[in-house]
Amino acid sequence: MMEPYVRHTGRLAALPRANVDTDQIVPKQFLKRVERTGFGPALFHDWRFRADGSLDPEFELNVPAARGASILLTLENFGCGSSREHAVWALREYGFRAILAPSFADIFFANCCQNGLVPVRLLAQEIAELFRRHRAAGGEYRLTVDLEEQRVDDGLGFRTAFAMEPYRREMLLSGLDEIGRTLLAEDRIRAYERTRGGGRGRRKGDRW
Amino acid sequence: MSRTLFAKVWDAHIVEQLPEGPALLYVDLHLVHEVTSPQAFEGLRRAGRQVRRPALTVATVDHNVPTGERRAPITDPIAARQLDALAANAAEFGLELFDLESPQQGIVHVIGPELGLTQPGMVIVCGDSHTATHGAFGALALGIGTSEVEHVLATQCLVCARPATMEAHVTGSLADGVTAKDLILALIGRIGTAGATGHVIEYTGTAIRALSMEERMTVCNMSIEGGARAGMIAPDDTTFAYLAGRPRAPRGAAWERVVARWRELGTDPGASYDKRVDLDASGVEPQVTWGTSPGMVTPVTGRVPSPGDFPTEAERRAVARALEYMGLAPGTSLEGLPVDRVFLGSCTNARIEDLRAAARVVRGDGRRHVAPGVRAMVVPGSQQVKAQAEREGLDRVFLEAGFEWRNSGCSMCLGMNADMLQSGERCASTSNRNFEGRQGRGGRTHLMSPPMAAAAALAGRIVDIRSWAPAAS
Repeated sequence: MMEPYVRHTGRLAALPRANVDTDQIVPKQFLKRVERTGFGPALFHDWRFRADGSLDPEFELNVPAARGASILLTLENFGCGSSREHAVWALREYGFRAILAPSFADIFFANCCQNGLVPVRLLAQEIAELFRRHRAAGGEYRLTVDLEEQRVDDGLGFRTAFAMEPYRREMLLSGLDEIGRTLLAEDRIRAYERTRGGGRGRRKGDRW
Repeated sequence: MSRTLFAKVWDAHIVEQLPEGPALLYVDLHLVHEVTSPQAFEGLRRAGRQVRRPALTVATVDHNVPTGERRAPITDPIAARQLDALAANAAEFGLELFDLESPQQGIVHVIGPELGLTQPGMVIVCGDSHTATHGAFGALALGIGTSEVEHVLATQCLVCARPATMEAHVTGSLADGVTAKDLILALIGRIGTAGATGHVIEYTGTAIRALSMEERMTVCNMSIEGGARAGMIAPDDTTFAYLAGRPRAPRGAAWERVVARWRELGTDPGASYDKRVDLDASGVEPQVTWGTSPGMVTPVTGRVPSPGDFPTEAERRAVARALEYMGLAPGTSLEGLPVDRVFLGSCTNARIEDLRAAARVVRGDGRRHVAPGVRAMVVPGSQQVKAQAEREGLDRVFLEAGFEWRNSGCSMCLGMNADMLQSGERCASTSNRNFEGRQGRGGRTHLMSPPMAAAAALAGRIVDIRSWAPAAS
């Protein structure tokens, strides 16, 4: 059961980089855990920390105004590359509840929705406007990402709607157990299996 | 109604069309490896669930296995724990596992086709983005996350929104010295790393038809690097010839029946795609990446671009950052760039044909050797590829020329085991990702084809394989 997401208000952290890949979000040296937890410290590890282990003060998430941020603002194709769900676990554990970007990589997007991390696609000009407002506020900038109303609102005049597939939205709103839901279709799965015959490679009813 | 290859496979696997949009899709083959599965099995245990169809689930170890001596104990205790977890999970849930002892062990995307598990018309999933590889057989092969792995284990189904389609139509034919790797890198350079997001690419055209199965796998493998949900190629006689007689392929009358069905899979005349890109293979040159994303690529005859060459501020920043990371100045010629390391391996380019092509470059006049100061390793894609190469004497070719000859695994493609770059080292690599830190923190990766990587090892620098004539030693 994942934590339901209805709406969230929080501080914005800005990461103005495009094509951030999941190797950056969680470098491979942290993929050896067998648990879903413990990935928070690994988040953006090689960007957050210098080779000697000290915090890199230049990195966007290390600036004082980004402390405690729970909404990430970034650029296109966020989460590309490896399918590692560890990237989403790390973002969640670090404290992020929503990510705003012009576009996301497909597998990453699906992984977010499985973990109560809301990926919000906005128009490129809206993202640019949010970067502007974040900068103008000296990094002290808060937003509400309302999934129920499908709206982003800063309470200061920036207000926009976003789209989310109804299935994903429902899953996120209710914190749905997707497996439990699919198993309700057991009869359908069984019926399908009957049309397909037995084992691997010996299917009877291919209908293309 | 005319349908695409993708639509035929998709439609045939719909268990239920969910009212809110996505389909419940039946999965014919679920491939499992040690890195993205332990949390999924743990989820099953906690919920008291079983694996619904153990016979459709196959596991192997590849991502963090050591590629050195197999009999030596694994020195990394955390990696060992993950390997042990997969063994325990496979035993508990009744799954077939190709472990380190198995002569069939290998990179999951190499062993699936090699064993004949991968077949046309299937829906195949794996918790790995390079699952796209299997699309070379006309399967719909999707990379998924760990929560979805758990879902497939429990239900044998995947909830998936229907992707759009893109036709990559490739005409002409590849010139000498130019490979399938160059073709896909050139295509990614054209469409960009998000050019196919939300789409399944079908590769069509005479240049694709002319490719061997292993070359087609190289092309489909890197579909994800163009953002695609999957890559597919319609099966044909090349496909059937590859699969015939493989251990898990149907035999006898069943084989005849299944081939007849597979022949109907190809896209119907008149079927349409949502997007199209055209490429003339004849114009493709050997490709080399210069940056930290597979789309940052240029012909080997090219030069490192300048941030100022790019239209948007975001791109200029990304390029400047990439050049700083790569230690390259704008205008630098890629040809002649010295390398410290060479990696021949990965699910993209570690099949027998890749090793043969690299060995041909190495063998040359028989007196070639890895350049002084360069460390070069060959990591076969599977133990079967390794055994085949050894039967052909390729191991001797590599070893005598100073390459390391290792056991199979993902190895330095992602550096989860001990095979890693040191900070600042420059590597000619046949793998699929040149992301920052991918092969080791601070490591600088240049993606290229196996013959180009082999030549770089011998020359100690990036060379144009088409014109390179090594000095006799």
